[in-house]
Amino acid sequence: MKTNDVILQTATKVVFFIIFLFSIHIFFVGHYAPGGGFVGGLLTTGAIVLLLLAFDLKTIQQILPFNFTIVTAIGLVLALSTAGASIFFNVPFFTHAYDDFNLPLFGKTSLHTAMFFDSGVYLVVVGSAITIIQSIGGDD
Amino acid sequence: MEFVLLIFLPVIFALFVPLAYKRIKGIHTGWFVLLVPLVLFGYYAGFLPLVMDGGHAISELQWIPSLGIVFTSYIDGLSLLFTLLITGIGSLVVLYSVFYMDSKKENLGSFYVYLLIFMTAMLGVVQSDNTMTLYLFWELTSISSFLLIGFWYTKDKSRFGALKSMMITVFGGLMMLGGFILLNIMGGTFSIRELIAQAPELANQPYFMLALVLILLGAFTKSAQFPFYIWLPDAMEAPTPVSAYLHSATMVKAGIYLVARFTPIFGSSSVWIWLVTGIGLLTLFWGSFFAVKQTDLKAILAFSTVSQLGLIMSLLGAGAISYHTTAAIFSFATYAAIFHLINHATFKGGLFMIAGIIDHETGTRDIRKLGGLMSIMPISFTVALIGSLSMAGLPPFNGFLSKEMFLESMAALQHFELYNFDTWGILFPIVAWIASVFTFTYSLYFVLKTFIGQKKFEQLPKQPHEAPIGMLAAPMILASLVIIIFFIPNLVGKWIIKPAVMAVQPTLYASPSAVDIHVKAWHGFGSVGLWLTVGVIVFGTLLYLTIPKWQPFYRIQPDRLSLNAGYDALMRGSERGMNRVSRLYMTGKIRTYLLYMFAFLSVSIIAVLFIKDAFIVDMNSFAAITLYGVLNGLVLLLSVGFVVFAKSRLAAIIALGGVGYSVALFFVIFKAPDLALTQLVIETVSVALFLLAFKHLPALQTHGETASHKVVNLIVSLSVGVMVTLVALSSHSQKLIPSISQYYKDTVATEAGGGNIVNVILVDYRGFDTLFEIAVLAIAGIAVLGMIRLRVSRKEPTDENK
Repeated sequence: MKTNDVILQTATKVVFFIIFLFSIHIFFVGHYAPGGGFVGGLLTTGAIVLLLLAFDLKTIQQILPFNFTIVTAIGLVLALSTAGASIFFNVPFFTHAYDDFNLPLFGKTSLHTAMFFDSGVYLVVVGSAITIIQSIGGDD
Repeated sequence: MEFVLLIFLPVIFALFVPLAYKRIKGIHTGWFVLLVPLVLFGYYAGFLPLVMDGGHAISELQWIPSLGIVFTSYIDGLSLLFTLLITGIGSLVVLYSVFYMDSKKENLGSFYVYLLIFMTAMLGVVQSDNTMTLYLFWELTSISSFLLIGFWYTKDKSRFGALKSMMITVFGGLMMLGGFILLNIMGGTFSIRELIAQAPELANQPYFMLALVLILLGAFTKSAQFPFYIWLPDAMEAPTPVSAYLHSATMVKAGIYLVARFTPIFGSSSVWIWLVTGIGLLTLFWGSFFAVKQTDLKAILAFSTVSQLGLIMSLLGAGAISYHTTAAIFSFATYAAIFHLINHATFKGGLFMIAGIIDHETGTRDIRKLGGLMSIMPISFTVALIGSLSMAGLPPFNGFLSKEMFLESMAALQHFELYNFDTWGILFPIVAWIASVFTFTYSLYFVLKTFIGQKKFEQLPKQPHEAPIGMLAAPMILASLVIIIFFIPNLVGKWIIKPAVMAVQPTLYASPSAVDIHVKAWHGFGSVGLWLTVGVIVFGTLLYLTIPKWQPFYRIQPDRLSLNAGYDALMRGSERGMNRVSRLYMTGKIRTYLLYMFAFLSVSIIAVLFIKDAFIVDMNSFAAITLYGVLNGLVLLLSVGFVVFAKSRLAAIIALGGVGYSVALFFVIFKAPDLALTQLVIETVSVALFLLAFKHLPALQTHGETASHKVVNLIVSLSVGVMVTLVALSSHSQKLIPSISQYYKDTVATEAGGGNIVNVILVDYRGFDTLFEIAVLAIAGIAVLGMIRLRVSRKEPTDENK
């Protein structure tokens, strides 16, 4: 399907990055403000869907040359191993750890292992949503 | 080492059998398998001295300790006898199968795996002291027997026979499970020994009779008693080693074992005595009568097994009378039962193997085509003759001894003065005697029609010749046992039978030596058994000689009145009925499924709300109605209405998006930013998805629904709406317990170091939920991928789209 929507395509080129950056932001602030892996993942998906509407499936596959099924798998493994890592510290399954660190540039930052789990969620959401969209959209 | 683990040895060994079959081509897999029963036989034989002195050994392995379910290996006289039969006959059967099963043509990998699973199951059945593990192994025997009967699964008859045997034995097993649970309710334990200790109290409990009948159902189905025997002839579709092993020596005897094992609990009941003795005798008669009708060698043996099992069963029933009277003849009956059990295993195992040899060497089992094989297969003939004459009850073979004991026990039943035995008892010896006559007849029929008479070799598919010595070895060993046992019955009695009798009636004997029975082949001319045997021989020979004259008599009974026809009708009927029920709800239309689900949901929840009187609305706790709320609600209602009445699908999709966005706005108004954010993105993505799939969707139709359908839909949808509203209102109005949100507010920073409750719940408090949710999401994605990318190309549209 060939589209020639100049306004949408031009706007998308800018808006995509805004949405994407916003989704990253929302992912990181999740522990303290509305957001997190689930919403962040969905927002990224939304951004990719916008790309899809403005361009076409082939272009998207060139821009984002990932196999999204594997992205899903990586997400699942990440989430599971974060939860399972607690075994090595002799604490109950799914115990998260967190602490405050003084990082250069960021200043005082609190870091959580929950973030790894959340990024697993993020990857699974993006991976499976795009898998579904690609397979339905790419079906002739 | 805990010897309970030995029960699992065959199954563990089975793990390596397919590997051996695949990798080692030169050697028949059976040789490796043979090790298992041999080792086990040797090990368990070591318990003989202990058991002979009246001792027992027990070994336990905890399984579900909180429910009192343990794997036990309880070795006393009875279980040791069965264990030795299972491993001993098992060794011979495996040896026989090495020559019977062609390693090039048959899938030996799975054959021996099934056989080893069966061995474990059988050992478990006879050694379990725990009724629950007994049940587990019991059903495992049904399943492994199903696999073995259906081993040649490309044949329709094999599959039919396998299914039939499983249907009937599993039905019995489930009944038995009910009996075990009742026993547990009454006695408070799963341990059989503890139940036996409580036997006098149990007899007065209300469920005692029910438990008795249920457990007997399990035993009767497994041991092919009337009217459940119909699966056994069909099970003959199994390879012959299997028939010899499962359907004569071991599995069918599990029912006998069960009756023997539970005799101390139920034996004092008159119902038990009547049922076990009566059904046993009926089965004996029925099986022996119909054996002469059969033309397939294995079918004759199957019916003879049925009748012999009935014989053992009736003896066990008669043996239970010794709880009521001290007359020695009734403990004699139990002794005879155990004795005949051993004898039957030896001669019937051998006969089955001979039937297999004939099949193997001539290509047919049809007795009408066979004849005159004696000169060509002399060794097979000798073995078959020994087995048959033992089965017929002639000296000098072991069957003679136990058969005579059986006739004497039955003759003694009329002298028992309780429970109407003195009036009806005269029937027992008569039926037993007639059945013995037929037993004699079919024994002659089996051996003489096959080996003697005119040679009809031109009718045979193969040119017959004697079997290789390896195949003959196992039946020859069994046949020599038949003769040896005849000459040393009391040694066998001392070593094996007396401990077993003591185990069946533990309260009656202090030690095995207290079982005061001495078996003699000659009782003098005054003995009842002798004259009955002479009568059996005379009339049996007469009947055999006149078979062509009276065999047509069998055709009087029409096939459609037989038990098999009843089974077939039952299966057909239930299949048809279930199909009809499934068609009612499995319409293939998602609308119908949703209708059923929503109707059920709303009816059940509204009913619970009213029954529990939970419908309370407290207007004070409601939030104030704002202008935004009202406007948003109106938008929501309008979009919902638009979805329902939209004429084009595109409009409906957009309106559905509107519904989602206004719900998201409600979240914003009520200060749930997380939900609002998620809802907004989800709406966007799902509308985009809808549009992607748009070109694949069929044109929007009204689906041709009638007015009554629409009314039903309307009612269901309205009631769902009412239900949700009611639940929401009443759950908001009732605060029986403090809300959990306060706990989250208090601990979210201290426990999880976070600030956003929603996210902390997702990743910390309920991380497990989230993990499974993303797993579900991933599965859904893969499922869609599979449906679309990997589908079989199809020209025709599916029913849904028609």
